[in-house]
Amino acid sequence: MFSFIVSRLLQALPVMLVVSFISFAMFAYVGDPVAIMLGQDFTEAQRQALVRELGLDKPFFVQFMTFLGNAIQGEFGLSYRLSRPVAELIAERAPATLELALCAAVIAMAVGVPMGVYTGLYRNSWLSRFFLTFSLIGVSLPTFLIGILLILVFSVWLGWLPSFGRGDVVRLGWWSTGLLTWSGLKALILPAITLGLFQLTLIMRLVRSEMMEVLRTDYIKFARARGLPNRAVHFGHALKNTLVPVITIAGLQLGAIIAFAIVTETVFQWPGMGLLFIQSVGAADIPVMAAYLMMIAAVFVSINLIVDLLYYAVDPRLRIGRGRGH
Amino acid sequence: MIRRLFLVAAAMLAVAGAAEARTVRWAASGDPNTMDPHSQNVGTVTMMLQQVYDALIGRNRQLGLEPGLALSWTQVEPTRWRFVLRQGVKFHEGEDFTAEDVVFSITRALQPTSNFGIFVDTIDRAEAVDRHTVDIVTKSPDPILPNKLASVFMMSKSWSERHNATRPQNTRQREEMHTVRSTNGTGAYRLQSREPDVRTVLVRNNDWWGWADAANNNGNVTEVVFRPIASDATRVAALLSGEIDFVMDPPLQDLNRLRQAANTRVLEGPEVRTLFIAMDTSRDELLYSDVRGRNPLSDVRVRRALYQAIDIQAIHRTTMRGQSVVTGTLFPEQVNGYVREEDVRLPYDQARARALLAEAGYPNGFEITLDCSNNRYINDEQICQAIAAMWTRVGVRTRLNSMPLAPFFAKIQRDDTSIYMLGWGVPTLDALYSFQSLLATRNGAQGDGIWNYGRYSNGQMDALIQRMKTETGDARQAAIRDALRLYREDVPHIPLHHQMIPWAMRSNISTPHMANNQPFFRWTTVN
Repeated sequence: MFSFIVSRLLQALPVMLVVSFISFAMFAYVGDPVAIMLGQDFTEAQRQALVRELGLDKPFFVQFMTFLGNAIQGEFGLSYRLSRPVAELIAERAPATLELALCAAVIAMAVGVPMGVYTGLYRNSWLSRFFLTFSLIGVSLPTFLIGILLILVFSVWLGWLPSFGRGDVVRLGWWSTGLLTWSGLKALILPAITLGLFQLTLIMRLVRSEMMEVLRTDYIKFARARGLPNRAVHFGHALKNTLVPVITIAGLQLGAIIAFAIVTETVFQWPGMGLLFIQSVGAADIPVMAAYLMMIAAVFVSINLIVDLLYYAVDPRLRIGRGRGH
Repeated sequence: MIRRLFLVAAAMLAVAGAAEARTVRWAASGDPNTMDPHSQNVGTVTMMLQQVYDALIGRNRQLGLEPGLALSWTQVEPTRWRFVLRQGVKFHEGEDFTAEDVVFSITRALQPTSNFGIFVDTIDRAEAVDRHTVDIVTKSPDPILPNKLASVFMMSKSWSERHNATRPQNTRQREEMHTVRSTNGTGAYRLQSREPDVRTVLVRNNDWWGWADAANNNGNVTEVVFRPIASDATRVAALLSGEIDFVMDPPLQDLNRLRQAANTRVLEGPEVRTLFIAMDTSRDELLYSDVRGRNPLSDVRVRRALYQAIDIQAIHRTTMRGQSVVTGTLFPEQVNGYVREEDVRLPYDQARARALLAEAGYPNGFEITLDCSNNRYINDEQICQAIAAMWTRVGVRTRLNSMPLAPFFAKIQRDDTSIYMLGWGVPTLDALYSFQSLLATRNGAQGDGIWNYGRYSNGQMDALIQRMKTETGDARQAAIRDALRLYREDVPHIPLHHQMIPWAMRSNISTPHMANNQPFFRWTTVN
């Protein structure tokens, strides 16, 4: 078990290295931070002083190695745009993104699974047809359009929910949460739905097809033959067996939700990491972009590791296989 | 019974409180990057800080100069200006405002890490004469020093020293400076809280010296809450749903809707920002063209042909939806030196454009690449698309290379361009700023030709710019007029239009429209 974790961690290292290299190489194309920082008025001498100050006059590999050396120590420097430590900026924005992502995931699971079960059980009811049509919208409409439609209906027409921002937040140590205030909860609804809708439809369709698959199996027929009530058959036997792939997919999708919250955060001006990243791209704020991409890579690597470990725990074949030394 | 009385009293207090508190919730697409008054010279920073900080000289609703922290100023010698300071002014944290603070602030703006060099470039030093008198000594006579000083905010010397902020932020430092998120000004509003990219709250400073002049500073806003909202659609939605009271940059396509909505209105006005096409007139061969061995753009006939091929009225009508002021000159009328007779365009005439090209030796036209930003000016990419199509129609086959502002400015600042579109604002509101930055021969001196990426160089123009720098009165105005005429005849740029800036707000808000796109809440009323 221990050697398994260590070997996975060692495999993660080159992944992180490659990600950092690729992201750093990309920055050559996002533009010149110097031009942005100097504004409208400067002299050539000031420009060159700033280039030297930022180390942009050094060769690419020297810049990359400096960046890497600092990154290993958790030192990402000062944001060019905001003149504040990058690590602090990201730590400040992380709670907003994580809360949003978790709520989106919870909505997707809490609504997606029952809808999937229902459509799997009653394939021909009109409600199932409605759910399926609805899920088509979730899959096919781009996120920003869904967000704007929700804003139009629930903020502009009905005036029920705020169209942007995070509402009032409560600070619990370094964590800021919007879950404890009424305005924070109200502000969370639309962005969480927008972000979770795609995953919701994905989970619903997954559960539906898995249910249909499982309901055809012999042990379900056998359970029915034994005269077990429908409820026990559907939820005790069928649903339980569909959940293994669902949990795997949901876990992997959580990483995607965190990483791709960018669009939702931009539409709702949600003060999370995705919005920070987009604004940093606009200002060619390389330290923030680099740190963000590294962090997202780290999130994916660790989620994959956890999923691997779950497999290891769930699937006995994996353990036996390794135990025999194959 | 007592309990009931208490409730009634509490309710009355609540009502009174509600009548007193007048909040403006204000949104724009961009957030100020810093609260340091000398660090970044960009509009988003200034729009916030000018509520909090005062300069020696203020600006009125028409952007004319008026006394600020200085009551009067005189040029006692050609290179020495004397400022008499307002007495009894206090900073928000209680320090007295004195001549020492002025000397400190000017010195701070002169630091190499300051972005405000252009406003203090001629200053040699500032000297305190007594507690309420300051002399500013310039290296050479500077007739427009007061215009420049209207952009230099005054900080407290003791506060800055206490917080280790005597220089603007240095990017190499690992530590965040106190001034990035804290302020201590003398202005009409105090910074109460600041969460970058989320919320900035200003509250009224009842001790501000300007409230005494109630006829002028008639605002009744007690609290300003600024919320940046980057997405255009969301910003408009927030205004329509009543979550925001005032939007500085509504998208043009939503203006009609905002005009027709019951509770919102649109305030329109010109901005001091002029869009034009500039081009490489100096290389022997263009970097991005199929013409070999010569540079078509160094020929004034070709420049005129490109000028006359542009149907500016079509751009005004269609691309800008009427939200532009078509121009034939370098800056709008708010800028000192503007001459209406020189604000005349070469007429739109495709046949004439083709004839000029043929005359210059390009009967079949040529190929060229137009560099353009796509997120800096209002509808910038669409304007360039229209121009590219118009040029192609007269035979100059134009490839459009549009990109976000970060790579765009990086590219043109390397002189890596043949022809490009630029928009130019004039914070000093004086002609010299535009001529010096855009048209002077680049010589390494502060300001001269730093934005002249076509490297236009004309001895006559340089001589006129030199006269603007040193002469005063009528002689100086004459130099500006001659330079404007030369600009029209020699076509170093193809002028397009001045931007209009619509502000959208709830109907119960009234505020004067400012041509520098910087609202002043001291003049804002909420009903």
